[in-house]
Amino acid sequence: MAVKVMIPTPLRAYAGKQESVEVSAKTVGEALKRLTDQHSELKKHLYSDDGRLRSFVNVYVNDEDIRYAQKDQTPLRDGDTVSIVPSIAGGRES
Amino acid sequence: MSGHVLKLRSDLAAKIQAHGMQTYPYECCGAILGLEADGAREALGLLPLANRRDDSPRNRFEVTPADVQLAEKTAREKKLELIGWYHSHPDAPAKPSEFDREHAWPWYSYIIVSVQAGQPREMNSWRLQDDRTAYDPEAIESSANRSSI
Repeated sequence: MAVKVMIPTPLRAYAGKQESVEVSAKTVGEALKRLTDQHSELKKHLYSDDGRLRSFVNVYVNDEDIRYAQKDQTPLRDGDTVSIVPSIAGGRES
Repeated sequence: MSGHVLKLRSDLAAKIQAHGMQTYPYECCGAILGLEADGAREALGLLPLANRRDDSPRNRFEVTPADVQLAEKTAREKKLELIGWYHSHPDAPAKPSEFDREHAWPWYSYIIVSVQAGQPREMNSWRLQDDRTAYDPEAIESSANRSSI
C-alpha cells in the first residue's frame, strides 16, 4: 500500500526537508518503521529508548487517532495519509 | 553560544506575561506564530490556549493535538508558521525542567516566563538540541511594534 506520511515542520530537518514521505506499508507500525529506516535521525524524536512511541507523539490515519483504532497494527489502504501530531507538554520542576 | 535569536515585539512579550499573571498559580500556555527566513526568526502573533492538565496545573501544562492543529491552521490562515510555544513556571525559574525536555522537539522556540508570587519576572526562550540531551538558550531580541496580527 502506498501511503503518504506527513512530516511536522520541526522534524523536516531530519527527513531531507520534505513535507511528506511516501512509503509502502500495510500497517501504521510498518509505515513508521519504513520512514525511520529511510530517515534514521527521526527515530529519537518519535520513539523513546524502550522503542515505544513517545507519549506526546500522536499518529493519525487520515483523521483517526490510531490509539482508538488498532494502534501500530492499524491497517493502511492505498492513498491513506498518516499524520504525526505532537501534544505540547511541560511544566516546572515538581 | 547557540546563536539562536527570536525577535519578539514588546507588546507580545507583555501579553505572555499577562497570561502568566492571569492563570497564576497555574501554568499558562499558548502558541507562538511567526516567520523564519534565512535562520532569522520573528514572533508576530500569539494564540493563548487552555491548559488541559486539570490534574496538576500548578506544575504541568498540556496542549492537546487538537489545539496543536488549531494553532497550525491559525498560522496558515495568517500566512505565518507555528514557530513555538510559551508557558509559565509559577514560583519557579524560567528555565526548562527535565519534564519539559522529555516532551520537546527541536526547532520549536520554547518561551518560559517565571511568575513569582503572581508577578512576572524573567522570560527566556530555549531550543532543544538535536540529540535531545539539553536545551540551547535562544536570545530574545525586542523588535519594533508593527500592526498587530
